[in-house]
Amino acid sequence: MTAPHPDPHSDPVAHTRPVPALSIRGLAKRFGGKIAVDGISLDVPAGSFFGIVGPNGAGKTTTLSMATGLLRPDFGTAVVHGVDVWARPLEAKKLMGILPDGVRLFDRLTGEQLVTYAGLLRGMDKDVVASRVGELLSALDLNQDAGTLVVDYSAGMTKKIALASALIHAPRLLVLDEPFESVDPVSAANIRSILDSYVASGGTVIVSSHVMDLVQRMCDHVAVVAAGRLLAAGTVDEVRAGALLEERFVQLVGGRSHTEGLEWLRTS
Amino acid sequence: MVAHLLRLKLTLLRNGLRRSPWQLVGLAFGGLYALGIVGALVVALVMLRQENNELAYTAVVLGGSAAILGWGIIPVAVSATDMTLDPARFTTFAVPMRQLLTGLALGGLIGIPGVATSLVALATVGTWARSFVPAVAALLGASLGVLTCIVLSKVVTTATASLAASRRFKDVSGVVFMIPLILMGPIVAGVSQGISASAGFLPDFARTLAWTPLGAAWSLGGAVDAGRPGEAAVKLLISLLTLAGLAWCWKVLLERALVNPPYTGSGSRKGGKLGLFALLPATPTGAVTARALTYWLRDPRYAGSLIVIPLLAVVMFFQASQGDSFGILAMLGPLTAFLMAWSISADISYDSTAFALHLATGVRGVPDRLGRALACLILAVPVVMAFSVVPFMFTGSWEWLPGVLGLSVGILLTGLGLSSVVSARYNVAVPLPGDSPFKKPPGNVGQTMAVQFGGMGVLSILVLPEAGLIIAQSLTGNPVFGWLNLAVGPILGLVLFVLGIRIGGGWLEARGPEMLAQLTVNR
Repeated sequence: MTAPHPDPHSDPVAHTRPVPALSIRGLAKRFGGKIAVDGISLDVPAGSFFGIVGPNGAGKTTTLSMATGLLRPDFGTAVVHGVDVWARPLEAKKLMGILPDGVRLFDRLTGEQLVTYAGLLRGMDKDVVASRVGELLSALDLNQDAGTLVVDYSAGMTKKIALASALIHAPRLLVLDEPFESVDPVSAANIRSILDSYVASGGTVIVSSHVMDLVQRMCDHVAVVAAGRLLAAGTVDEVRAGALLEERFVQLVGGRSHTEGLEWLRTS
Repeated sequence: MVAHLLRLKLTLLRNGLRRSPWQLVGLAFGGLYALGIVGALVVALVMLRQENNELAYTAVVLGGSAAILGWGIIPVAVSATDMTLDPARFTTFAVPMRQLLTGLALGGLIGIPGVATSLVALATVGTWARSFVPAVAALLGASLGVLTCIVLSKVVTTATASLAASRRFKDVSGVVFMIPLILMGPIVAGVSQGISASAGFLPDFARTLAWTPLGAAWSLGGAVDAGRPGEAAVKLLISLLTLAGLAWCWKVLLERALVNPPYTGSGSRKGGKLGLFALLPATPTGAVTARALTYWLRDPRYAGSLIVIPLLAVVMFFQASQGDSFGILAMLGPLTAFLMAWSISADISYDSTAFALHLATGVRGVPDRLGRALACLILAVPVVMAFSVVPFMFTGSWEWLPGVLGLSVGILLTGLGLSSVVSARYNVAVPLPGDSPFKKPPGNVGQTMAVQFGGMGVLSILVLPEAGLIIAQSLTGNPVFGWLNLAVGPILGLVLFVLGIRIGGGWLEARGPEMLAQLTVNR
């Protein structure tokens, strides 16, 4: 299932094309009898704000887990800035900041301790960690609760502290799985402006989301995933082809059920 | 509607088992354990049929009162009640209150504690089957008694729901409840001494209890058998009123709880205190040590196993003082070393999916292993040293000290090395973060047992040299073997410790994603 790698010496284009921030080829994963991801290949250009959209159970989380070294793929490769994630995981993880969805945190630490822990685990210098923790916490409006145990945080605060843990080492690629889930609008706007300036300074962000509207406004590139396959990928304008991204998404994914039936639900 | 609720409870139980056949094995073991106790009690109760009225009456009333008390206290103390039929989940379905209460009460009977209590209660019918009428009275009493147990536990859990939902209460109660559980031996011994000293007092005590809500239901059979139908009628009234009163309390509390969900907020605290992270070296190993140490103190699952250690010493001193044989105390140090070292053999399972952070940051395997082992070592060394030396102050046989010290250190270091390997490779079923240390963990009970017993087997082989030297000293009486042990224990232990950290670290790096995948299943 692995696509043959182009030999850089025989492929003249490889010299001119910049190395993508993330390049995945033929990623596939099966859980028992269910194929979660069925051969996805995708290039995320460096410096892009990349959205991955798809219905529930489309394989977004599984794909991102395999691309970031959290879940071993059955087939396929993932390369981050030219470093193979599964052949040289430690090098690749230095380049990435990851916000996984649906995992616990070390929630008996205070918010401040947790972000510090994430920095120190990466072998960062103590003083750098200390100053960055302070800046991250105030940028994310968590200063007031820096000393509260993460277990007592609300869902949105937990998301934000996990995001801070992913940002602490100034990665070149940020992979955020559902970063805006249960985050309030003000914090979401703060997070967006942080991410925008991060991209403007040359970083790459990948977000997965259900919220089409948000992706259309925020991202410059988008990929549509359904049932473990890639349906469309490119710049947002290419993919939406003049229509709203939401309309195009429904058209691509299908499964929009007829609005007949449920007559009994009409109150009049 | 009541039938629906019962079917729901059974379906939840069955679907829980369907997740893995090992769940069934776990339930079977729990069931067998309960069956043993229940079987013994049932036989005892039926045997009481041959005894005189007063003895049977005393036993049944006291036992029954204890059961009601237990159902009232244990759910709060353990804060691990079965919440599969949590009334809060029915808020949005307009279930009529009367039917909801009946369904929840009968649902409480499904499960090992409910079935066990019912079976033992029914056995009291056997006790009073001396003629027809007392048997019927006992059956009535047993049914009322069991229902009182269930409803009381519901009242107590509903009343304390908002208390029990606060994290601090859960943390503290989980640890505090361990104390009487571990001191069970001395407590039982003390109580049974007291009872045998005042055996004449018990029948009076039972007669008094029989007039209270605790014992009234259980005394029906005995009162009828003794030919006191008037007294039985009054007691029936008492027990009916008790049940009705409890049911009313439950209804009121539940009505209030359904519209006022428990509030679990807590104040916010500003930062600036990094705690152990500021004290320990700012390296990956230091950070892991600081994190693990913080968890030893803050997480009830770790704090619980820490509090066992001094209690263990109390129990052993008690045992020794009972028999005046302080020789057994010499084993306190090695035993503590084993318990402490083995307690991190499921460290990654305790992390649950929070382990994803270690995987995402790409921390090397050796700092991960070493940090956790060092945290345990920092706590264990002073305790193990003290517990190895103090017993000799009682026995005075100081010639054993070097050998015992060597054995303790050997077990501690070897155990930590082995734990580092085991927890890097095997995922076992442990209570999830935030759950009570007593809660039955989800997941693979069979593998957990295999890993635990297999690991202990390997550990006992690895410490054979130290154990052999102790045996040699006891056979020959030559203290040279003890001094030899003082050298062999630390040296061999250190070698195995380093080896364990390296092997465990290598395995963890190679199989980190697979570990996380297994942890995700149990989440």
